[in-house]
Amino acid sequence: MARTVTQKRKIINTAAAWSVGLLIFFPILWTILTSFKTEAQAIADPPLFLGFDWTLENYAAVMERSNYGRFLWNSIVIAGGSTILGIIIAVPAAWSMAFVPSKRTKDILLWMLSTKMLPAVGVLYPIYLLFIRLGILDTKIGLVIVLMLINLPIIVWMLYTYFKEIPGEILEAARMDGATLKEEVLYVLTPMAIPGIASTLLLNVILAWNEAFWTLNLTAAKAAPLTAFIASYSSPEGLFYAKLSAASTMAIAPILILGWFSQKQLVSGLTFGAVK
Amino acid sequence: MATQHSRSAARLMMAPAVVLLLGWMLVPLTMTLYFSFKKYLPLRGGDLGWVGFDNYVRFVTSSAFWPSVLTTLTIVGGVLAITVILGILLAVLLNQPMWGQGVVRILVIAPFFVMPTVSALVWKNMFMDPNYGLLAYLWEFFGAEPVQWLSQASLTSIIMIVSWQWLPFATLILLTAIQSLDSEQLEAAEMDGAPSTKRFAFITLPHLGRAITVVILIQTIFLLSIFAEIFVTTGGAFGTKTLTYLIFQRVLESQNVGLGSAGGVYAIILANIVAIFLMRIVGKNLDA
Amino acid sequence: MSLRNSVLAATAMSLVTASGAFAETVTIATVNNGDMIRMQGLTDDFTAKTGHVVEWVTLEENVLRQRVTTDISTKGGAFDIMTIGMYETPIWGANGWLVPLDDLSAEYDADDILPAMAGGLSYEGTLYAAPFYGESSMIMYRTDLMEKAGLEMPKAPTWTFIREAAAKMTDRANDINGICLRGKAGWGEGGAFITAMSNSFGARWFDEDWNAQFDTEAWANTLNFYKGMMDESGPAGYATNGFNENLSLFQQGKCGMWIDATVAASFVTNPNDSTVADKVSFALAPDNGLGKRSNWLWAWALAIPAGTQKEAAAKLFVEWATSKSYIELVAANEGWANVPPGARKSLYENPEYMKVPFAQMTLDSILSANPENPTVDPVPYVGVQFAAIPEFAGIATEVSQEFSAAYAGQQTVEEALAKAQALTNDAMEAAGYR
Repeated sequence: MARTVTQKRKIINTAAAWSVGLLIFFPILWTILTSFKTEAQAIADPPLFLGFDWTLENYAAVMERSNYGRFLWNSIVIAGGSTILGIIIAVPAAWSMAFVPSKRTKDILLWMLSTKMLPAVGVLYPIYLLFIRLGILDTKIGLVIVLMLINLPIIVWMLYTYFKEIPGEILEAARMDGATLKEEVLYVLTPMAIPGIASTLLLNVILAWNEAFWTLNLTAAKAAPLTAFIASYSSPEGLFYAKLSAASTMAIAPILILGWFSQKQLVSGLTFGAVK
Repeated sequence: MATQHSRSAARLMMAPAVVLLLGWMLVPLTMTLYFSFKKYLPLRGGDLGWVGFDNYVRFVTSSAFWPSVLTTLTIVGGVLAITVILGILLAVLLNQPMWGQGVVRILVIAPFFVMPTVSALVWKNMFMDPNYGLLAYLWEFFGAEPVQWLSQASLTSIIMIVSWQWLPFATLILLTAIQSLDSEQLEAAEMDGAPSTKRFAFITLPHLGRAITVVILIQTIFLLSIFAEIFVTTGGAFGTKTLTYLIFQRVLESQNVGLGSAGGVYAIILANIVAIFLMRIVGKNLDA
Repeated sequence: MSLRNSVLAATAMSLVTASGAFAETVTIATVNNGDMIRMQGLTDDFTAKTGHVVEWVTLEENVLRQRVTTDISTKGGAFDIMTIGMYETPIWGANGWLVPLDDLSAEYDADDILPAMAGGLSYEGTLYAAPFYGESSMIMYRTDLMEKAGLEMPKAPTWTFIREAAAKMTDRANDINGICLRGKAGWGEGGAFITAMSNSFGARWFDEDWNAQFDTEAWANTLNFYKGMMDESGPAGYATNGFNENLSLFQQGKCGMWIDATVAASFVTNPNDSTVADKVSFALAPDNGLGKRSNWLWAWALAIPAGTQKEAAAKLFVEWATSKSYIELVAANEGWANVPPGARKSLYENPEYMKVPFAQMTLDSILSANPENPTVDPVPYVGVQFAAIPEFAGIATEVSQEFSAAYAGQQTVEEALAKAQALTNDAMEAAGYR
C-alpha cells in the first residue's frame, strides 16, 4: 500500500518538476530553435515550433561576419584569468579570516561585499581615464584585473565560508606534527577545500563571463569578449531575431555546457555558509 | 589558540585582498567625489571649475530622483520576493523523489548561465514584443487582448526578466540547505501525524533561515546595480528608471560628469543604507 | 589630359603600394546596419588596394554612441575611425576632436557630396566627417490599400489628408493599421520623428534665448494630432515602436502608410524580406501649409578622431568607403538598389540608379530639408530633428520618454508637455544657457 502511494507521489512529483523545469528552460530552448529558422520564419504567425525547414544559414552568416573565435578566446581568457587571479589572492585572505579571526573579521568581510555596491556607471569616466593613463584600454589584462576586483569580495566570502567548516583540530594536529604554515595551507587545507574552491571557481567564471558593462566599455577590437559580440547583433535595421538567436546561442553555449557538466560541483559547493 | 606569530601571518595573508579592494574602492570613490564638486562637461571642454554642492542639489531636486529611488527599491524588493518564494517552493519540489532529477535540475539552473544582455534581448523581442512575441500569441490564442508588456506593465516585465535570471541561484542555495536537513526529524514528525504543511512551516522553513538570508544578501548586492536589463528593454522609459539608470543618463546621455558623479555619491549612500538595513536582519543570522 | 590623369593615377597607385610596406591596422567603430555590414564584407577590396588591414567593432546604435562618445571625450584613442551622425559631427568638430577632411584627393571629388549632407557634417565650413549614406524621411504607402480606400496620394500631401487616409485604410478585422509611426522613447527614435513633425506644425524646441517651447500651442497641437491619429489608425502598442518594429509591421503588410527614413524604401521593396514589395509607392513627408515639411535629414558618416597615430591610413579608408568607386563596387556585387544612398550628387545623375523606384523621391526629400533653417519661427540651433548642442541628446531622450508615456496612456499630453518643459529648462540652466 505504502509502496503504491509513494509510486503515485513520485509520478506526480516527476510531472510537476518536469513541467516547471521545462517552463523555466523554455526561453533558452526557444532561442536555440529560432536560431535554426529563417528571419521570416522567426516572426511567423502562428509561431513555428518544430515544423519548419531547419537551416544553418544564421550560423553561417554570423561566422562570416564576426571573428567568433577571437571573441570566444577573449571571453575564456578574461573569465578564466580573473577567476584564477582572484582565487590566488583570496585563498590566503579567506584562510586567515577563517582560522585567525579577530573582532574586525566580520566587518572586513561585509565591507568587502559593500564595495560591490558602487554603481559602475558612475565611475565609468574615472576608470576610463585611469585605463588610458595606464595604457591598458582594450587589453585582456586590464579586464582581467577589473573583473578580478569586482568578483574578489564574492570569492573571499565563498572561500571563507568553506574554510569555516573545516574543523580547526585537523590543522592543529598538522601543526603539532611540525607542519609549517605553507605546508598547512598547501597539504592539509587545500585538499579539504577543493570542492569549495571548485564551486567558487565555477561561480566566478559564470559571473565574469556574463559581465556586460566593463567588458563592453573598456574594449574595442582586440580584447572584446562575447558580450561585445552580442552587441553587434542586437537591433540592427531590418529583421534580426534569427541571427540574434544564433549569436546568443553561440555566446551562451560554452558557459552553458561548462555549467551542465560541472553542475554537481556547483550545486554541492554553492552554499555561502548557508548550511551548518 | 592564535599565537602572536600566526596573527601577524594572518594579517600578511589578508593584506593583498584588502589593499586591492581598498584601492578599487578608494580610487574611483575619490575621483567621483572630486568630479561631483566640479562642473565637468566633456562636450563643452571638460573641467569648468568648482561649483560646490550645486550638482548635489540639482541631482536631488530633479523630478526624476525620488521616482528612481522608488523604482530601484521596487525592483530589488519584487525580485527578492519572487525568487525567495518560488525558490523555496522549487527547492522543496526538487528535493522530492522523482525520475530524472539531475536533468530537471539542469533545466532549472540554466537561466543563471545566460548573459543579462542576452536574456533581456530574448525576453524583449521574442516574448514580450506586442506583435511578434510569443506571449502575445498566447494571449490571442486564449482570446485575450495582448499585453503591451514593456510599456503598460513595464516594471512588472523587468521584475519578471530579472527574477527569471536569479531564480536558479536562489533555488540552488535553498536546495542545498534543504538537502542538509535532518530527514529523521521530518520522519519523526510524520510519524507523530504532523501534516505536511505543518512539517514545512515548523521544521523546513526555520531550517532555511540562513539560506534565505544569504540569498537576500547576495542578490541585493547584484540587483542594486542592474543595468543591462533596463538599457536593452525600455531604455528607462515608462517609469523604469532606476538610480543607476538615472546616473547613466546624466553621465553618458547628457554628458554631465559632475552631475552624474553627485548621483553616484547618492547611489553609494543608498547602497549603504540598504546594507546597514540588511546587516540588521542578516547579521544575527550570519555569525558564522 | 586623360593620359596625364592616368599617369597621376598610376603614381598614386604606386605610392599606395609603397605605403603598403607599412601596412597598418585601422580600427573602426560602426553601427550594425545593413549598409555597414556590407561595407565590412567588402573590406578585402580596401586591403588589396592599400595593404592596410581593418579591424571592425560593430555595435548596436545605442551602445556605439555610448562607446565612441566616452572614447573621444577622454581622448582614449581606442578607435581610428568612428561612425557618427549629423548630430555629433559639428559638436565634436567645434571641440577640435576630429581631423578636418579638407585635403581629400582630387579623385575623391569632395564637391560631389550633396550640399545638404556636407553642410550638416561641417563646422564653420570645414568638413569633419564624410557621409557614408544620407537619408531624409518620406511617406511609404501601399498602393493597393490606397486604391481600396478610394483615395489618391498627392506627391506632397498635408497632415489632414494623411489622417483621413489613415482612418479609411484602417481595417482592424484584417489587422491592417492605416498608419505606422515611431513612438519609441529615445532622441534618435520617436524623438526624431516628433521633432521633425513638430516643425511642420510651427513648433520649435527653443526660442532665440534658449527657452524651452513645450508650453506653446504648436507643441500641444503636434502631440494631440499625433496621438489622436495613432489612437484611431495606428498599431497596438505604438508607444514602443521604433524604426525596426514599424519596418517589420510594414513588411508583413500590416501598415497602410509609414513615414520614416528614406533608406527603409530599399527594405520594403525587397521581395526577399517584404510581402508587399510590389505594392509600395512613395510621397513627400506631409506638411500643414506653414512652409515646413515634416521630414528630417540625417547622415551616417565616417570621422577620424584627432590624435590617432594612423591618420593617413584612416583617411585612405574614409576615402575608399565614401568614394564613387565604392558605390560602383556595391552596385556590381549587389545591384543598384543596395548602394549606400543619399551622399553624392553623381549617384542621382546616374541613369542606372534613377531606375530604382525610390531614388527620385529620396533625393527630393533630402533637398527639401534645411538644417540651417528648420522651423517656421527662428531658432538659435542647427538641425531638423535635433538641435546640434551637446545637451540635446540627453534632454531629448528624457522628453521623448515623457511623450511615449503619454502615447501609452500613462499620462495626458498636457502632463507630458509640462514635464518636458520643466526638465528641458532645468537641463539648459545646468548647462549655463539661461
